[in-house]
Amino acid sequence: MTATATLSRRRLQLSDLTRLSTVGLRTRKLRTGLSALGIAIGVGAIVAVLGLSASSQSGLLAEINQLGTNLLTVSNGQSFGGGTAELPTSAPGMIGRISGVQQAQSTGAVAGANAFRTPYIPSVDTNGLTVQAASLDLLPVLAATVAQGHYLNAGTAQEPVVVLGAAAAELLGIDRIYPGERIWVGGQWFYVAGILKPAVLASAIDSSVLIGYPAAQKYLGFDGHPSIVYLRAKNDRVNVVDNLLAATANPENPSGVSVSQPSSALVAQADAKSALNGLFLGLGAVALLVGAVGVANIMIISVLERRSEIGLRRALGATKGHIRTQFLAEAVLLGLLGGTVGVALGAAATAVYAHTKHWATVIPTEAWAGGIAASLIIGAIAGLIPALRAARLSPTQALWSV
Amino acid sequence: MTHTPPPTPDNTAVAAGHGVAIDGAGVPVLDVDDVTRSYPGEPPIQALREVNLRIGQGELVGVVGPSGSGKTTLLQLMGTLDRPTSGRLRITGLDVATMADEDVAYLRATRIGFIFQQFFLAEHAKVLDNVADGLLYAGIPLKQRRERALDALELVGLAERLHARPTQLSGGQRQRVAIARALVGEPAIVLADEPTGNLDQATGQSILALIDQLHQAGSTIVVITHDHAIAERMPRKVEIIDGHIVADTGPAADTDPRRRALAGPPTHEPQTASGSPVREEPS
Repeated sequence: MTATATLSRRRLQLSDLTRLSTVGLRTRKLRTGLSALGIAIGVGAIVAVLGLSASSQSGLLAEINQLGTNLLTVSNGQSFGGGTAELPTSAPGMIGRISGVQQAQSTGAVAGANAFRTPYIPSVDTNGLTVQAASLDLLPVLAATVAQGHYLNAGTAQEPVVVLGAAAAELLGIDRIYPGERIWVGGQWFYVAGILKPAVLASAIDSSVLIGYPAAQKYLGFDGHPSIVYLRAKNDRVNVVDNLLAATANPENPSGVSVSQPSSALVAQADAKSALNGLFLGLGAVALLVGAVGVANIMIISVLERRSEIGLRRALGATKGHIRTQFLAEAVLLGLLGGTVGVALGAAATAVYAHTKHWATVIPTEAWAGGIAASLIIGAIAGLIPALRAARLSPTQALWSV
Repeated sequence: MTHTPPPTPDNTAVAAGHGVAIDGAGVPVLDVDDVTRSYPGEPPIQALREVNLRIGQGELVGVVGPSGSGKTTLLQLMGTLDRPTSGRLRITGLDVATMADEDVAYLRATRIGFIFQQFFLAEHAKVLDNVADGLLYAGIPLKQRRERALDALELVGLAERLHARPTQLSGGQRQRVAIARALVGEPAIVLADEPTGNLDQATGQSILALIDQLHQAGSTIVVITHDHAIAERMPRKVEIIDGHIVADTGPAADTDPRRRALAGPPTHEPQTASGSPVREEPS
């Protein structure tokens, strides 16, 4: 050994760096918690918004899948003259014979008929309800069910009997079926046989008052033309059937027929981001920014307070790099702490809400991983200037101007 | 431990246990050569003017001067925490001016120990870890740092309080912890800045006794103080006024009984308080 032996430069071991960078956090727990809170709130809000959105979407998609995506509807469109192009009365039967169609049912709007709770209600107060003739096996095709009472059967379809859609029942003020319950439809009393649950795939049914085809023709002068045909196709034939429907339903005027797949519209709706999502994500981003400012602020104060510690470390042989690394690591840890707590909060909020809605809890990877990554980066950026200041502090000033 | 009688003067050159060998012909541990330190201003403030000071292995030097005399600046320069405006400063023969910042930091980590008036202990950390941190930047693994910290704490008589926090200790005990931290790396030179400044008279005396004892065991120590009484009891006294060294008693003769310990066989540890024949300083 000689006096001129080369001096080697030493890097801190990771375990030492970890210990060093947690010193400030461990010794000032309240401050650490409060400054991590801003980032936690921001990350939490973002994770919760993305998680809730994904969970509700997956809930809706699960519901749609359960209802089936093979429901197609055929409705009367516009004629060239601008009026309604009536579907032929034979349309449901014709459609039912297309290969691949499992079942075809129909409803027909009864023109000029309105439904009221009593005859004394002014005729203009229609509540937007429509009176529809409905075929007997409509419910299984719609995957709709009866909430109370019974649906129409071959007997009641002949008589002045109605079944109410969910919204229609509510608007008429009927929440329970009593024997003899009746409503005023098209100038005469109709007895209420049942109330339906909301029909997700055919929301038009919800605000409808349904009566049998024969009864509609007998009591309300209905012309018997269906306005919407609902059909179920085999899953692998949906597209083929779709292409044949217009011509089959109305061979004379295929262009006067519109065909749609309600489930695809719902899927598109589920995919569409809620406008509120943007608002909440924006708020989350603002909270993150505020959190970052908080971390930067706390780190700068920390550097000022710990001048003598910094000076001492320099005296013990720390390089500027050691000091910089220590404070930068501390800020990153502070960010990480906030991010982790935020992800936990956001996930918990999502889980609780999804549970009450009976959805599966879905936290998208980009939400939690992005939240953690964002908090790390924010910590690093917020800690950069304080760390540089700590490293620049001259050891003599740090130690002798206390 | 036993002491053999002083053999040849050559033996005094062996820097026992300090990891730095100084050649017997006398490369000083510290060589301040024509050093000036001025601070910018109108006109520039000259804190030190052409100061020359050589401190050899095993010396105990008291640097005394009033406030503003430049003694603290001298300590900062000797400790490589500051760099001279002009002149040369060598630590164990290494010219600090030619070294990169990182290398100077490593020099501090391995060859210079500091003792401060305000102790500067980490209150959240145990005594043992406070001392072990003296080796943190020397690239030594934690386990070894703690082992050596234990040895250093035994040396200052605090082996019983390893797991106490500094806040649970008296002022004198805290300064002992700080001294242990300065010694744990077995530095070539220990710089003490008013080590008794924050202590009462009796405690201060016991700290000075400890410093004496460490010196007898071979450590090279420079004590900066404003108190002539303290400097007087050091084997060598350097007086500084207005940035000049106005008096220097020079290296103590080897006949000084307190230097005899240096002549002992090379050992890895300075004498412990209990086993040493050095005189116990009355406090």
